[in-house]
Amino acid sequence: MSLRQSLLAAATVTMLGFAVAPASAQTLRYANQGDLKSLDPYTLNESTTHAHLGQVYEGLIARDKDLKIIPGLAERWETPEPTRWRFHLRKGVKFQNGDPFTADDVVFSADRARAKGSNVQARIAADVKVVKVDDNTVDFILTSPNPILHYQWDTWYIMDKKWAEANNATAPTPAAATTPSFASLNANGTGAFTVESHQPGVKTVFKANPNWWRKPEHNLKEIVFTPIGSDATRVAALLSGEVDIMEPVPTQDIGRVDSTPTTQVMKGPELRTIFLGMDQARDELLYSNIKGKNPFKDIKVREAFFKAIDIELIKTRVMRGLSTPSALMIAPQLFPLSKDFTRPKFDPDGAKKLLTEAGYPDGFQVTMDCPNDRYVNDATICQAVVGMLARIGVKVDLLAQPKAQYFAKILKPGGYQSSFYLLGWTPGTSDSHNVLYDIMGCRDDPKSSRGEANVAGYCNKKMDEITDKVLVEPDPAKRDQLIKEAFEIAAKDYAYIPLHQQALAWGVSKKLKVVQRADNQVLPYWMVKEP
Amino acid sequence: MLAFTLRRAIQAIGVMLAVGIISFSMFRFAGDPVNQIVSLDTSAAEREAVRKSLGLDDPVVMQFARYFGNAAQFKFGVSYQFRQPVSSLLAERMPATLELAICATIFAMVFGILMGVYSALKRDTALAKIFQAVSLIGISLPTFLIGILLIYLFSVTLGWLPSFGRGEVVRVGWWTTGLLTLSGLKALILPSITLGLFQLTLIMRLVRAEMLEVLRTDYIRFARARGLTTRAIHFGHALKNTLVPVITVAGLQFGSVIAFAIITETVFQWPGMGLLFVQAVQNVDIPIMAAYLLMVSLIFVTINLVVDILYTVVDPRLRSTLRRPA
Repeated sequence: MSLRQSLLAAATVTMLGFAVAPASAQTLRYANQGDLKSLDPYTLNESTTHAHLGQVYEGLIARDKDLKIIPGLAERWETPEPTRWRFHLRKGVKFQNGDPFTADDVVFSADRARAKGSNVQARIAADVKVVKVDDNTVDFILTSPNPILHYQWDTWYIMDKKWAEANNATAPTPAAATTPSFASLNANGTGAFTVESHQPGVKTVFKANPNWWRKPEHNLKEIVFTPIGSDATRVAALLSGEVDIMEPVPTQDIGRVDSTPTTQVMKGPELRTIFLGMDQARDELLYSNIKGKNPFKDIKVREAFFKAIDIELIKTRVMRGLSTPSALMIAPQLFPLSKDFTRPKFDPDGAKKLLTEAGYPDGFQVTMDCPNDRYVNDATICQAVVGMLARIGVKVDLLAQPKAQYFAKILKPGGYQSSFYLLGWTPGTSDSHNVLYDIMGCRDDPKSSRGEANVAGYCNKKMDEITDKVLVEPDPAKRDQLIKEAFEIAAKDYAYIPLHQQALAWGVSKKLKVVQRADNQVLPYWMVKEP
Repeated sequence: MLAFTLRRAIQAIGVMLAVGIISFSMFRFAGDPVNQIVSLDTSAAEREAVRKSLGLDDPVVMQFARYFGNAAQFKFGVSYQFRQPVSSLLAERMPATLELAICATIFAMVFGILMGVYSALKRDTALAKIFQAVSLIGISLPTFLIGILLIYLFSVTLGWLPSFGRGEVVRVGWWTTGLLTLSGLKALILPSITLGLFQLTLIMRLVRAEMLEVLRTDYIRFARARGLTTRAIHFGHALKNTLVPVITVAGLQFGSVIAFAIITETVFQWPGMGLLFVQAVQNVDIPIMAAYLLMVSLIFVTINLVVDILYTVVDPRLRSTLRRPA
């Protein structure tokens, strides 16, 4: 080829390149407080990571803008028997490297997700058999019925078997990898965007996937993601127009972002429930002046604590309106019957009376553990609680620590060392069973994983029985009734003090149209940016 | 001379070991790394497996011995959060930090000397008084506040300069540089000022004091008496003689510029080693923390060693005391 010819060819290619990209294709610049640490979709079970990787990878199911389950890589599915689920896979879908998507990839991904070192093992129980029927059909054979088998599969991302085998990435990258792995630095999914470059902790660039099987609703050609840890810098970057969207907006800056003509704050309820727990397991509290007995074992004391908390004050003063007080340990979006529950009224005099009846007319002293860098205004909420409890005579010593130290102290590996604490919980399954099992289940059987996050050690055998029934009940209406029954027991026992669901706060340029989903996933494949 | 250098080198190794021991004993208070690696609903058995695979269930002494055994062979392990070798992470981030530190130092030297000379020569002018006031601000305001103020003024209000990051970088071999692109140069301005402001005040005050001192000496008076131009006296004789302590201080401060870049890098999301370290502390990423602390102590020890050696070269009196057996 002569020089002239190659120049011509180059020019043609360039022009074609321009022609292929839509005229209005935009670059989205996105900043988040958190980082995208590993590109391996099975390394970390955490919503920000899932949101990032959801640009590249897809699951058999997907969730729409209201979190409803819609078909993803599976076109449809049915349950011929309660213990057998059949998924019909979408035909003609290709991975970003060109490999076709088939049933083998689903079987492979099921094995990989459940292998040692995976953090998403809970997506499919270990006893579920995954069987390839033909190239486009996969059966999941269960040992007992499970109506919510596929609930979390929007973030069980399907990987390419051939690609993984060729790159020696068939084993999941464990969270504690001691050797670098290919899949944690490279990605090959079926999704809307491909990873162009990934420098952990610095910058990740995604490019639109021209061969995506869905018709794109976005008009982006590129996403540039930068983690910005410092709150003030993240706000400044948005205000100066250097990023189009950032998350979260610190509560004190919401007014500022809203009053700037080019930016706005998108607020909405989040799924995470913030609550207080009281140690009911020990015979004597670890950190209290009451010796020889545990005041929290007395239901009246727990009720007094509950009624001493002025949740409206926390909402208006601490959260500046950005919270939804909650009567339940689960967000209303995740449980249809939650409207049947109301919080017991704020009643400091009644609380004082209850304490007197319980034998603590002058109150007592207890230490409260609290994180100070995990949830929105976490330490400030705790300070408010300290003040409210002081009104009924309970002296609370507040120990607010960074999350690294806090979680090490109060969770199971630290020996549940807390008498009174604040914690936040989003059920990973988007379902109540997770709350009933992990936070409210008895933790007396050391071999079972029940109650592993039950730092308070609340235990009611009746509740456990219902929880087990919830797991296998296939009829949704009956199931909801069972869940309701369980939550009623928890409310009657004053097992926990649910406070609120904190609000999402995204800082968004007014040029950008964004869908805000309650699970706090920032999803560029629904974003439209004006030039 | 050789014996002196050797002795100093051995002392340097001792210092680094001490830094290692102190930092290792502090890591235990940084929290549990396993909690940062896994998510909140990870089962206890899985957590235990992670702990074991990282060797965190061994006694601290053993962990320490293993770490230093590896470090001596330049193996710093794999970062808990990024699953990449710490040495390559640090190497990738080092150009950003060094470029920032060098620019900040140049900024501090140039402006510090100019302002120092001016305020020494024209002590009573309004500008000199403004310089003095600015230097007070530079010394008393914390770095992060200066950084935020600059961002709000130049990025948010005026929109002239970027508020975060390095801009476009160009790769030259293994080194990435922001000096070759316009956006890279623009991105350097605010962080360099923020990081260099403290050094600037230090140098300015030093130059001013030295200059005033020198201007009072006899040889300056004689020079004046000989009828040399003021310009020649001030810059040819006076300034030259004030520069020796200035260079010493600036050299010694270079180590702390690198070490204290942590705060500037956090404010400006500057992808350097300091930011990496801060992220590591938040996530209890012990391999990065340990390697970074060792590296910073190595930089300090090296600079001090070089300065010590240079002193003996410059000052013959030191040399003679060294030659005598103790």
